[in-house]
Amino acid sequence: MEAESFKYFGIGLATLGMLGSAIGVGNIFGNFLAGALRNPSAAAGQVGNLFVGAALVEALGILSFVLGILAWLG
Amino acid sequence: MADPIHQFKVTPIQGLDFGTVNLPFVGETSLAFTNSHMAMTIAFVLVVAFLTLVTSNAKVVPGRLQATGEQLFGLIDGVTDSIIGHEGRKYFPFILTIFMLVLGMNLLGLFLTFTATSQLAVTATFALITILLVIGIGFAKHGLGFFKLFAPSGIPLAVMFLVVPIEFVSFLLRPITLALRLFGNMLGGHIALKIFAGFVVSMGGLAAAGGLGLLGLPVAALSLGMVVGLTALEFLVAFLQAFVFAVLASIYLNDVVNLGHGH
Repeated sequence: MEAESFKYFGIGLATLGMLGSAIGVGNIFGNFLAGALRNPSAAAGQVGNLFVGAALVEALGILSFVLGILAWLG
Repeated sequence: MADPIHQFKVTPIQGLDFGTVNLPFVGETSLAFTNSHMAMTIAFVLVVAFLTLVTSNAKVVPGRLQATGEQLFGLIDGVTDSIIGHEGRKYFPFILTIFMLVLGMNLLGLFLTFTATSQLAVTATFALITILLVIGIGFAKHGLGFFKLFAPSGIPLAVMFLVVPIEFVSFLLRPITLALRLFGNMLGGHIALKIFAGFVVSMGGLAAAGGLGLLGLPVAALSLGMVVGLTALEFLVAFLQAFVFAVLASIYLNDVVNLGHGH
């Protein structure tokens, strides 16, 4: 195998990090739905927290995507 | 396939390249009005013009433009009020400025020009300003008591030697993650858009060859649908990232303004 192809292995492995952020965001929204179905009147007030939390978790997944892109094109 | 990275190249605008100059500390610097400069200038002018239009001829029953401005104002006011507490109004102008500028630059990248926030330099500057303000306010308000931030109350002394370094490192990570979050979201969104757009063209070219290449047509149509969907998502991400930057700046300010006690 040429040395060049190991770079592409690395890029593929780097983007696997998005798996973690996908699970995390699903966790957050799932818990929000579970709570909202138990207490619908309080759910509307927490939508802000929901999106902030999701953005914080998403950030790390996007960091791994950016690392992969930078390895591919840098 | 189209190269998705050259859209982020900062290039001087034709006719506004003023050559290089030799500065004492940093060495050779090129003086030029670049596409990134243009995007930031347009964003600044748009934000100032928008807020001026909103607040001039303000009526008690707002028209549509005034209602939009009032909603943005109310959103950030609610954020600073609920997160920082009764002192929130003092820090509200800073948070609103950061929010409007980041939102303006993000949206401008989707509509018109170069995305200024897809440059790490721009987002790192915003993060640096925020964290320097946080540290400055911490030392101005509490003096050396600022270091109590790294030793939260209620922790047994035995565990303190473990907790303090962790808190210190996580504080240092705050500006880094602030900068990288915004940068990564904008960079990743625009790269994904460019890649799917490249698929449309390359699949269409494949279909033009005829024969089995005609399978390229539905793939090109699907890619175009994906571009439309991703652009819609990018509008949400542009607003959300500006909002999250403002919320996190408020949280860091709250940590330092209400050090030790709640609000």
